[in-house]
Amino acid sequence: MSENLNGGPLVEVQHLKKYFPIRKGVLSREVARVHAVDDVTVGVAEGETLGLVGESGCGKSTLGRCIVRLLEPTAGEVVFEGRQIGKLGARSLRPLRRQMQMIFQDPYASLNPRKRVGTIIGDPMRIHGIGDRKERKEAVEELLEKVGLSPEHYNRFPHEFSGGQRQRIGVARALALRPKLIVADEPVSALDVSIQAQMVNLLEELQDEFRLTYVFIAHDLGVVRHVSDRIAVMYLGKLVELSPAEELYTRPIMPYTEALLSAVPIPDPDLAEARERIVLEGDVPSPINPPSGCRFHPRCRYATDICSEVEPPLVDYGNEHFAACHHPLNVDKATLARVEASQKYTPEAADEGALPEDPGREKSQPVPRRDSSETPHP
Amino acid sequence: MAERLLDVKGLKVRFATEDGTVHAVDGVDFELDRGKVLGIVGESGSGKSVTALTILGLTRDRNTRFEGEVDYKGQNLLQMSESRLRDVRGNEIAMIFQDPMTSLNPVYNVGDQIVEAIMTHEGTTKKDARRRAVELLRQVGIPNAQQRASDYPHQFSGGMRQRAMIAMALSCNPDVLIADEPTTALDVTIQAQILELLDNLRADFDSSVILITHDLGVVAEVADEIIVMYAGRVVERGSKRDVFYDPQHPYTWGLLGSIPRLDRPKPKKLHSIEGTPPSLINLPRGCKFRPRCPHAFDKCQEEPELKNRVESAGHLDRCWLSVDEKRGVRDRTISGEARDVA
Repeated sequence: MSENLNGGPLVEVQHLKKYFPIRKGVLSREVARVHAVDDVTVGVAEGETLGLVGESGCGKSTLGRCIVRLLEPTAGEVVFEGRQIGKLGARSLRPLRRQMQMIFQDPYASLNPRKRVGTIIGDPMRIHGIGDRKERKEAVEELLEKVGLSPEHYNRFPHEFSGGQRQRIGVARALALRPKLIVADEPVSALDVSIQAQMVNLLEELQDEFRLTYVFIAHDLGVVRHVSDRIAVMYLGKLVELSPAEELYTRPIMPYTEALLSAVPIPDPDLAEARERIVLEGDVPSPINPPSGCRFHPRCRYATDICSEVEPPLVDYGNEHFAACHHPLNVDKATLARVEASQKYTPEAADEGALPEDPGREKSQPVPRRDSSETPHP
Repeated sequence: MAERLLDVKGLKVRFATEDGTVHAVDGVDFELDRGKVLGIVGESGSGKSVTALTILGLTRDRNTRFEGEVDYKGQNLLQMSESRLRDVRGNEIAMIFQDPMTSLNPVYNVGDQIVEAIMTHEGTTKKDARRRAVELLRQVGIPNAQQRASDYPHQFSGGMRQRAMIAMALSCNPDVLIADEPTTALDVTIQAQILELLDNLRADFDSSVILITHDLGVVAEVADEIIVMYAGRVVERGSKRDVFYDPQHPYTWGLLGSIPRLDRPKPKKLHSIEGTPPSLINLPRGCKFRPRCPHAFDKCQEEPELKNRVESAGHLDRCWLSVDEKRGVRDRTISGEARDVA
């Protein structure tokens, strides 16, 4: 297929919504809806890695599954290489499946225990009618080597492998059709720390070699920072912040992102003690009845009346940094003045904790950060 | 001196299986004083959970062999009769498990499960026990504790279930609380809540905590002393500061290096420990970390003993490299810049 002539993103979701109906009674009437993904627009450029983070239940996996069309969106569109695929049926999707693949979280549940490794990795090629039996075997053996296993593993069963090795099999299977896009749903969270690092490095090497585009879903902010070019933060089905990776860590705008970052334990006793930890109260509210206005307001320490009444729009703060918040953090006055939507509600003092508008590539270290609680948000 | 609660000496646990003997724990020593938090760090299969389960006598079986001593206030728990052990278990030493969904009974409501624990050990009336259970749920931060006590586990979120588990573990004011990966299944925000809770409870109840985890970030936040385990052995042991600021064992370096850090500039490549942990049935000769160690040399064919090799008195490690040799290669190994042999 040709390069993207218009220079647009490889894949894009536009105002994507995915609701799951809850049905009850004899007639299976719909009594409520889970708002898993609610009006999300985001694109991924070719060769880029988009990190998708958020707590469990925020809709990040649902969004990932909608992107590869394992789920049909309730509303909105999925555009792959300029083509609308949101409403395509199974038959018309089949040729597209070669272009997009998925890596799953649980390396124990995602491999068929009754099939041999060779079959597991070779099946996508067989289904798509690629090569004859001999060519496929050669291709599988090559893939096994690529992901750091040995060609002799061709005839083994999944149970003969450790968790990390199984995840490598999952990666080889995803690569078998030479896709352009891989959605990796928590690919390392089931693995031990030392194995996690091996996996992350492997995924990066493969990206360079095959010019892959990744959507990397994870709740581990450290891993996401390491692999991503841009990061999207989700909360209760909404996209609340979208930013270049490094900038998100040095200059979070949305208070939820700030809290999320401060909750990550630092493996350094002195720094851990020195920093101010924002402990979010309570759990994520139910996506069946999401809170009004800004969905984060019941847990937000800066929340005011406006937050429960008006839903903040996703605003462009420059430098490709977007956030949806009435009380943006780390934004200077000039930017606030330019961004009219938040100007009305953001207090004078907002400037104090702010960094310059474009802090460039070399950034100060994010922790210990300036204590933003001193910035009063009335 | 603080009161010594637990003294584990030369603990070995072996399981006889069809494939051979599994050396799950192979020589573990540690002490635990009142009011202290001991962090046990290691990967899956390093023996950290088996150590914890053995303290509570939960690995007793026809096919299990024990060696060594688990000394709790002067009594050896390994030799104790099952009925005596029942009094200790839950009452004096309590445990929180990793997965709060599978460790709560789905067909009893949360309050009843805590009531059962209280009544078993303290013989109070059901009414008093219920009142106590509600109070405990309130203490661990469950909102509307009175009503929520009648909820079933599936009506609780993951974080709330873990809180309920902690309430149950605390119901009899245990002296020692063993928490086996208490936050691994939880989101970071909920993890922060639970860690803060554990820290407060230690102060309120004056309990000691054994915190088992694979996450060095978690122990950095709450532990006083740290044990690093590999292949059933303790490879390094010391105060939190010793282990984080002067780590002596290459495996500890590897663990420290493989965490993507938010407080440091992003490295080009994450440092990873090559290979996989050894099979506990066929352990390698000599140092168990040798096959994966970038600094291994001839001497590593023999197993080094766990002893003090640095100035800091309580800081022990199991590595043949001299302190100077280590200082030369350590920082590069942790930052992942060099993989060359020492």
